[in-house]
Amino acid sequence: MSQVDTAHDSLIEIRDVGFSFGDRKIYDRLEMTIPRGKVTAIMGPSGCGKSTLLNFIGGRLKPDNGDIRVNDISVPSLTRRDLYALRKQMGMMFQNSALLTDLNVFENVAFPIREHTELPDELVKNLVLSKLQMVGLRGARHLMPAELSGGMTRRVALARAIALDPMLVMYDEPFTGLDPISLGVIVKLIREVNDALHMTSVVVTHDVAEGCSIADYVYLLGQGSVIGQGTPEEMSGTKSPEVRQFMGGLPDGPVAYHYPARDYKEDLFQDWPDD
Amino acid sequence: MTSIRLLGRWVINSVLRFGRATMFLMATLVGVFLILRRFRLIVQQVFAVGVLTVLIIVVSGLFVGMVLGLQGYNTLVDFGAESSLGLVVALSLTRELGPVLTALLFAGRAGSALTAEIGLMKATSQLAGMEMMAVDPIERVMAPRFLAGFIAMPLLAAMFTAIGVLGGYLIGVGMLSVDSGVYWTSMQEGVDVYDDIFNGVIKSVVFGFVVTWIAVFEGYDAAPTSEGVSRATTRTVVIASLAVLGLDFILTSLMFSEV
Repeated sequence: MSQVDTAHDSLIEIRDVGFSFGDRKIYDRLEMTIPRGKVTAIMGPSGCGKSTLLNFIGGRLKPDNGDIRVNDISVPSLTRRDLYALRKQMGMMFQNSALLTDLNVFENVAFPIREHTELPDELVKNLVLSKLQMVGLRGARHLMPAELSGGMTRRVALARAIALDPMLVMYDEPFTGLDPISLGVIVKLIREVNDALHMTSVVVTHDVAEGCSIADYVYLLGQGSVIGQGTPEEMSGTKSPEVRQFMGGLPDGPVAYHYPARDYKEDLFQDWPDD
Repeated sequence: MTSIRLLGRWVINSVLRFGRATMFLMATLVGVFLILRRFRLIVQQVFAVGVLTVLIIVVSGLFVGMVLGLQGYNTLVDFGAESSLGLVVALSLTRELGPVLTALLFAGRAGSALTAEIGLMKATSQLAGMEMMAVDPIERVMAPRFLAGFIAMPLLAAMFTAIGVLGGYLIGVGMLSVDSGVYWTSMQEGVDVYDDIFNGVIKSVVFGFVVTWIAVFEGYDAAPTSEGVSRATTRTVVIASLAVLGLDFILTSLMFSEV
């Protein structure tokens, strides 16, 4: 499979990253390169640490070892002040959108602009309306988050994530729980926003079809490291059993159907209740 | 052996938790200095924490004052000292009941609301979202709420005391046979600005600081689940109430002890 050309312009480089939650090992010598200006999908089964990876890139978590470089800046070694400066160039769309529930749609999108700039209200209004126009919700600017559907909430979160025209936008499970129309809208928006604003997008998802439909490059995570990578076409045609199981949605394979347990017969004849 | 181990674990967890709370307080105090220039944020929180608590404070103050008037009169009249009713009501309220009951009501009304709000913000990733937008939640969310509680509490205690004195007047002068002039004169002669009122204000400032610290920290430290928020809210009311009563004893012995 093709590898990302590291000599070519890469925005994020993840090198030799190891990380554990308590006794549970999440990553072991993880290596990834996210190309600049592209949409990169990071896929993998639930619980494999995809969202954790976004937390590394955003500096909310530090790896046990290894390095994460964003725009050639080592994120784990940044001071708090420098980390916040870097985050101003990042946008993130959370799985549950994370809109501020006491602010309406307009104020949610205006929030990062008001916090980080001294722009006059008229200019803030124009900026916010342009972002809302982009996601098709200019007319919903007076609504509160509780009045929005799931798809609309994601679109507002997307408008907020791009409010400061960041160089990088991260999407944490953007397709989960959406109806087909909202799903189509979000898929289209992620691609269009990335290309129109010349950003880099990292999409963490376990939705194979949607992830492959917008990604320029795909990483598949499993067992603590990258088990497959390539363009969506290369991933579909791979012979790797791990990749084929995930891409094809097969219930059994290298990722076992059964949770580890002792022998079934032994279990049936065990005195009850067991320990 | 198990109980000793459990006790040890409880002690270690409590010390760790207190350490986290202290570090959180330091960060919040730094945030308070940074947030002072954003007057609007503070006003919004003073409204949410203070103004919305006024009703319960006024109603409670009135009833407590009326009960004091009734009980005080019934006791004093046996000694022919009913002319001291104003003094008894005023001293009880300024020294003890005003600050303490206001703090307990504040913990139940505003403290629990603060914890639940912040805990839910955490559970719905709003705080994480702020962090990713390079906005420090301690400065943007915690500091204004902490400052608002600190400002609101002495004002609410003053309100409680004033309404309580009026409640005592309604009963003592309005329903019983205490003379209006005597009610106010005994108060004017017996209540000392420094010993009674100023010490009461100090108490309410301390209670405001502690209750708001506990409420804001519990919300920030809550497990991001519905059960976690529920537990944190309960802890706020219980710990804040016990802290108020314990601190009241310490402050009273420092302020009013003759020994």
